[in-house]
Formats: sequence, structure tokens, C-alpha cells
Amino acid sequence: MTNAPRQNDASGRGITRRGLMLAGIQLGVVTTLALKLRSMQVEQAEQYRMLADGNSIKIRLLVPARGLIHDRNGIVIAGNEQNYRVTLTREEAGGDVEPVLHRLARLIPISDARMAELLDEFSKRSAITPIVLADRLTWEQFSSIAVNAPALAGVTPESGLSRVYPRGGDLAHVLGYVGPVSDYDLSKIENPDPVLMLPEFQLGKVGFEARMEEHLRGKAGQRRVEVNSAGREMRQLSRQEGEQGATVQMTIDAQLQNYAAQRMGQESAAAVVIDVQTGDIVTICSSPSFDPNKFVRGISSPDYKALMNHDHRPLADKTVQGVYPPGSTFKMVTLLAGLESGVINAGSRFYCPGYTTAGGRRFHCWRKGGHGTVDAVTSLSHSCDVYYYELAQKVGIDRIAAMARKLGLGQRHDLPMSAVAEGIAPDRAWKQARYGQAWQVGDSLNASIGQGYVLASPLQLAVMTARIASGLEVRPRLVRAIDGVAQPVPDFPALDVNPAFLRVARAGMDAVMNSDTGTARRSRIIREDWRMAGKTGTSQVRNITAAERARGVVSNDQLPWNRRDHALFVCFAPLDAPRYAVSVIVEHGGGGSTVASPIARDILLFALNGGLPPLDAVPGDQRDAMEERHNAMHLFAPDAPRLTRA
Amino acid sequence: MSYLDYTVAQTPTGIRKILYLNWPLVFLIAAVASIGFLMLVSVAGGKVDTWAEPQMYRFAAGMVIMIALAFVPMWFWRGISIPAYVTCVLLLVGVELVGTIGMGAQRWIDIGPIRLQPSELMKISQVLLLAAYYDWLPPHRVSRPLWVLIPVVLILAPTGLVLIQPDLGTSIMLVAGGGIVMFVAGVSLWYFGVVIAAAVGLVATVLESRGTDWQLLKDYQFRRIDTFLDPTADPLGAGYNIIQSQIALGSGGWSGRGFMQGTQSRLNFLPEKHTDFIFTVLAEEFGFVGAMSLLGLYTLIIGFCLYSALSNRDRFASLITVGISGTFFLYFSINMATVMGMLPAKGSPLPLVSYGGTSLMILMLGFGLVQAAHVHRPR
Repeated sequence: MTNAPRQNDASGRGITRRGLMLAGIQLGVVTTLALKLRSMQVEQAEQYRMLADGNSIKIRLLVPARGLIHDRNGIVIAGNEQNYRVTLTREEAGGDVEPVLHRLARLIPISDARMAELLDEFSKRSAITPIVLADRLTWEQFSSIAVNAPALAGVTPESGLSRVYPRGGDLAHVLGYVGPVSDYDLSKIENPDPVLMLPEFQLGKVGFEARMEEHLRGKAGQRRVEVNSAGREMRQLSRQEGEQGATVQMTIDAQLQNYAAQRMGQESAAAVVIDVQTGDIVTICSSPSFDPNKFVRGISSPDYKALMNHDHRPLADKTVQGVYPPGSTFKMVTLLAGLESGVINAGSRFYCPGYTTAGGRRFHCWRKGGHGTVDAVTSLSHSCDVYYYELAQKVGIDRIAAMARKLGLGQRHDLPMSAVAEGIAPDRAWKQARYGQAWQVGDSLNASIGQGYVLASPLQLAVMTARIASGLEVRPRLVRAIDGVAQPVPDFPALDVNPAFLRVARAGMDAVMNSDTGTARRSRIIREDWRMAGKTGTSQVRNITAAERARGVVSNDQLPWNRRDHALFVCFAPLDAPRYAVSVIVEHGGGGSTVASPIARDILLFALNGGLPPLDAVPGDQRDAMEERHNAMHLFAPDAPRLTRA
Repeated sequence: MSYLDYTVAQTPTGIRKILYLNWPLVFLIAAVASIGFLMLVSVAGGKVDTWAEPQMYRFAAGMVIMIALAFVPMWFWRGISIPAYVTCVLLLVGVELVGTIGMGAQRWIDIGPIRLQPSELMKISQVLLLAAYYDWLPPHRVSRPLWVLIPVVLILAPTGLVLIQPDLGTSIMLVAGGGIVMFVAGVSLWYFGVVIAAAVGLVATVLESRGTDWQLLKDYQFRRIDTFLDPTADPLGAGYNIIQSQIALGSGGWSGRGFMQGTQSRLNFLPEKHTDFIFTVLAEEFGFVGAMSLLGLYTLIIGFCLYSALSNRDRFASLITVGISGTFFLYFSINMATVMGMLPAKGSPLPLVSYGGTSLMILMLGFGLVQAAHVHRPR
């Protein structure tokens, strides 16, 4: 090769021709590339854009704040509190979580068992899943972790909302409680809301919380986040807060509920207060109670066992779920059935020798010597059993049962609570269907005084009393307003019972309290404008055998607690313009007049007074005791709902 | 024209040569490189010092080398064409012997701080040698079988060495690059027809060899072919890169997601986004407009080179310019076709844009030759 440049026209032309061919080929390739670009970026851009978004943008749900529950005066009875917790992500901890956990254990208590549990969980879950290490930290613990965060790789202190019941056990049964969603919960729900899958979501488990779930839940918020190819969150694109659930105002008066709970103390008891005009359940309280906050936080096994094994059954809701033989509180039903059917009138009298015989059996009055001649009013005020035995034989069970149903017994009142019992208002058809047996005259006698097959819940007895008091077909309600929208106050039709007969029943109930020989005279209200009417009841939980009766009826005090009679009491006031009806049952309390009636009276007084019962409303000899009781009570201040013992 | 003519004639001399540079080409190269810096900033999440800054220093050095080489007269290039070629072949053999294992293939030699990739250098020296060969060969012999066989051997020798590294991509580029020089030199089209037919036959044989004792490609190379034919068959495995690349590219749309806003590249769905897949980042963030702009700049570079080559009456200089611009053309068209899913995925950088020293230096060296050819063209 020479160093001289070769140049001739022939080769120059050749190069030009081939060079142009090459340029053409290259232009073709470039055009192909451009067309491909155009088809991908212009024509199919939408499809690729969707693929890209699906790749990188994930929607993360935000748990909505649960709706608050207010009492009728706006006191928060179910709220939300900040819950401080820490989570740990294995990937961010550098793969090995154990040293981090041990360092964390110096700041917050982590038991060895919990440590093992956590390590096991970390080994099973994906490295990018945050796992909750500890929940419900105090502010001090939370801040100490936050301060030490640099030494705790992968540990994130977080705060969220959690349900809290500031009134503790007072409303535990009616409100129920919330808890984490279980697989069982999910199995019951069709198309569950995706928010239910979030670990921190709280679902209404029982009671009002469960029945009002759709109102209280709210709508989940959304966070659009970019994730990388490993699924790790890189940044937040948008955040749309959820909608808090509706604030639901209940008809409950938390102060009265609080008083009722304190007044019942540790008795196994239940009290229901109902507004006789509107049907508002002002108080519905079962005792003893439990702290629902423990259930929200995950109750410990010993605590749960203690509740389960308690002979006073704190977990049972005695107000709507518990059904009892109503005893003599049922006598208004039998009386009204007699009056309404025309079998008797208010002046009709029966003679009570202390017993009567029917169907070859002897039925005893509670008073061994008998009451002598008894009319409608004195039958109630003395609670004479024989009067009703005689009446029942004339009226027949079917008309008694019909009257019971008119007064709200033997039917389910649809309150947003769990396991609302239907009770039993027995009649011939019922016994045939239930037992395949014919109705016996003795069954009627037992039923006439609220024993035998008759079963009613304290709620039903309160409704019954409210209907007798107002003459309206009162139906109970618990919801006063949802999201600030007041539920319409029901306009109840008049009860399908002659008002004159209702007046007879009310006169009898007045006499129970205010006549000289009334069975509950001791528990009367002495303020005339709050004049109270009521009816005692004592329901046997065992049969008194002939042998026992021969030995003389054993006093309840001498029996073991769980074999004593249930004490019941229903009442309303004021007599002339009734406002509240109350029913109280004290399980195994003995006699209704001694145990249940003072409780019912005090609760009624609190309701009428809108505060602690004034001492001058009760007979003078009871004022010291009442004052002493009041001093011993731990009542919530109406304006400052404090957190109860955790 | 004698050497004397060369110097006496109209050729610029000394520092004045700088005025005779192919300045449009210089500016086009700088423009493309600037797009590269921008994209390197973007893929580093806004940080300049990760990739963009070192790349800028390299480019500056490359510019200096290019301009320096532009001063070197053509007789020198003609003179070193054979030694350069021989040296490169020896280096390729050396790679086989003392090469470092990198990315599953031996491709470079570390000489002190410099990491030398002889296969890249070979692309230039092969063009140099073939240009010198066809400059020396009288045009009427160009298509004679013996005179065709010689350049074929000259091409296939280094290609074979690269193939056993194994680096199929570079082998193909060597063959294609050499082919372009032969094509422009005027070798009869029949030969090209035969070679293309033979290539098709070879591909068929290679595919046939799969799973046999004499398997001609590595398993990963076969998998790349599979993935190319149907990327969705293995979306999380071998097909992942291509699918994610196509998604990123397509989702850019008309005007793109905006600088630093590409979700695919931001979030690491794209692999090797600062090197082989950088075009995808550009296409995602600046859309069709941005991608076409780059393609347009590349086309202009090719255009200016071709114009310079065809207007150059020095056959050697013409062939060098065509050969080097052809190699450059192969670089960007293969890279783009790959990320768009038109070719099987193989590691190839986007010229002047991808992060990386070797390919940038080789390209600037090549453009230095193009500039030298342009500066020293006979007037």
C-alpha cells in the first residue's frame, strides 16, 4: 500500500452509487424505528400507560375513623383514641431482626414468649411487610422509641385510632364492642368491604356497635402510592382521607345509666328506663358489667376466664337477652284481660282464703292466711294470688296471652342490640306446638301470676309498664339521631285497651306504692308531683314442695344465693302525667318489694330530677341511707367524661 | 497525487485545520451527548455526581481526542492500519488468555487504570484496514473471488475471536460493519445475497443445535431468543426486561411523563437504565417527541458523515467515514430496536448517551478519524 491517496472517477462514482444505496438502506431502518416508536408511543400509548400505572401505583386503603356514639345529651359514650404502636420491617432492619428486637426490649417490655412469637412471624412473612411489635404504648414509651429510632433500623413508630369506651362497663351490654376482624366474621359477610382486610380495622362485634356497623364504619380513604418493583413504597402520590362514620346519638342518658349501674352495684341485676311517650330507652343497664375496652385491646385469657366463671354472669345482657318469669308484675296483664273480656269489672270481688283448688291441686297465695275479700285495686296493692287464680279460670289463657301481647310481651322489640329475646306469652296453641300437650287449668293459674311458662325480659316489662302508663302502643327505640339528623319521634297509636280499664290498673299500681297496705309502700316517692305507681314481683326459681311448705316457707335469706327468688319491680311516674317507666330485676334478690323496688324508685327519681335523687322525695327514715349510698358512688361528672380504669 | 501534492495542495495545515473541522458534526455529537447527560441526571434521581458528571469528563476528554485526531493526516492512518489491526487481533487473543470474567463473558483487559475492551477497538481498526485494502485494490478487482475472500477472512478472524468470548452482539456488529465497507467499496451484490442466504442458514443451524452436544450458543443466549420471540412467556424472568422496557417506552406517549417523572424508570422496573436501557428512560420521560428528536439527531450525524464521505475524493477517507458512521448506525439502531422489542435483548449501549467509558472513547476515536478524513480531504 502506498501513502498516496487513490482517486479516480470510476471508483468515485462507484462509491457514490453504493453510498447512496447505503443511505437508502439506513434511512429505511430509521423509518422502521420511527414507525415502531409511533405505534408504541402514539397509537398504543393508552394501553402502555395503563400497564405502567398498574405496575407502579398501588392503592392503599386508609381505615376511616369510626363514627362516635353520643348519649342523648351529647356525651361521648363510644369514641376513638390515639393508639401508639411500633412496627418493624425486616428488609429495613437489614434482614436480621433479632438484634433490633433485643435493643427494643430495653425500651418496652417484650416477654420471651412474645419475642419467640415475633421471630416466628418474621420468618414467615415477607421481608417488606411491617409487623406490629407492640400496641397501645404509652406516650412515654412511644416517644422513647421515636427518639431512639436511629439505633432501631426498620422500626417505625405509628399512631392510629382505636375505639374507646369512656364510660367503661356502664354501657358495655348495650353498646357491645369492636374488635379485629376474624376469619369467622369474614365468612359471614358477602362481598366484604376491602377495608375489613386491614389489620388495624375494628369491626363491631356485638351489641349496638355490631347492629349499627353500616352507619358507624364510614368510608375508607385511599392513598395512591408508588411502589418499586419489589413492592416497597417509594412515595405517596395522593391521599384522600376517608369519611368518618356517622355520629349516632342514642336515646340513652349516660348519666342515668351511670347512676343505675352504680345503684345496682354488684347485684346480678338489670334495669330499663323508658320514656312512656316517645319509647326512648333512657337507660338499659345490666349488672355486673365488664370493661369493653379490654375486649377492644384483646382481653387476656385469665381476665376472660374470670368473666366466664363469675356466677353473676357479667357477660350476659340481662336486659334484653335474659328472660324471667315476671311474677306478680304480670298481674296487670291478667287483670286487664279480665276487665277487657267483661268477665269482671273494677268492683268485682273474690275471696282469698290463702289458697284455691283447681284441677285437683291446691294453689297457694303468697300470704298464708289469705287476703279476705279482694277487688281489682287491692288485688294489685296486696298482690293477692288467689284473686288471679280465680280470674284466670274465668278468663282463660288465650285472652290473657292476647293481652300480654298487646302490652308488648311475648314479642321481639327490634332494638339494635344483640340477641334480643322474644320471651313467652303462652297460650293453648303455644303449649301444643311446644310440648305437644294440652293446656291444663293449672297452667293458667301459674301464668296468671307470671309463673309457669310466662317469660319476659326486663325490656318487655318496661314496655308493658310504659303502655299501661301512657295508654299508647309504645315501641322502644335506641337511636335518637344519625349524623345529626333526628329520627322522627314516633306517633304511637292508642293502645287497643279500654282507657278506663287502664285507669283501674294504674290505680292498683298507685295503691301498691301509696296505700297504707301497699306491698311497696316503703319505696314510695313522697313528692306529690312525682307520685309513683308500681308493682312488685317475686319469681320462684324452684318449686316449693309440699314438705317444705309444711315446714313453713323458708326465708330467702337462708337459701344459697342461686336458689333465692328473683326480685322484680315495675313502676312509672308521675302518676297523673307519666314520663318514665322503669323495670328492675335483681336475680336471686329475694322479694321484689324489699330489693328491687328501692332500686327502681331511686333510678326513677334520678330520671325525674335529671340528677341525683333529692333526699326529700323519699320517706324520712330512708334519707340517711340514701345519702350514704350517694357518697359511696363513683359517678361521672356530666361534662367531663373521664377514662375508666384501663 | 503524490505526498507532496497532499501537503502543497489545498489542504489546510497546522492549527488552521481546526477551522476545517466538520463543525455541524461536532455540534450534533455534543447535542446527543448533552441529551445523554440529562438522562443520566434523571436516572440518578436528580443527582449529577452519580453518573452525569463522570460522563461529562469522559466526553470532554473524548472531544479533545477527536479534535486531536482530526489533525492527524490520512497517510498516517493508512500507515497504521495494518499494525493497528494486528495489535487488536493480538489483544483479542490476549483477552482469551488473561481476560477478566465480567458479565459472563471475557471482554476486557485491565492495563493499569485503563480497562481495555479490544473487541470495541477492533470495530475501528477493522474499518481502517478494510478502507486501506479497498483503497489499494484496483476497483476492477473488487469483485473477483480471491479479492473478496481476503477481506472476508480479515473480518471473520476477529469475529471468530469475539464469538468465542462469547459476545454474539459484537460479532454481528463486526460482520455488519465490515460488510458496510465492502458494500460501499463496490463488491458485487451477488456476494451479499450469498452471505445473507448463508446467514439465514447459519441461524437455522444454530437454532437446530439447541440441546445437542454441539450447541453453538450458551443457554442464556437461547433464552434471549426465546424471550424475544415471546416476551410474555416468562414475564418475571428473562422476558421481564423487555416487557418493562416496552411498558416504559409506550407509556411515555406523545410528550412523555416529564423530566424525572417516569414511573417505570424511577421505580426500578427498568433494568440497567443508565446503560443499555437509557433510551427507554428518554422515551418515557420525553415521549415520542423526545425519542424522535434523538433519532433525528442520530440520522443527521449519519447524514453529515455520508455527505462528507461521498464528497471526499480520497477513496480511503470515504471508506473510513462510511465504515465508522455505519458502525455508529449499527450501534444506535440495534440498541433502539432491542429496547422496543424488535431484536433479542443483548447488552448494547446507546452511542454517546449510555453511561460507560469504553464505547464513548471508541466512538470519539472513530469520529476523530471521520474528522481527519474531512479535514484532509483533497480540494
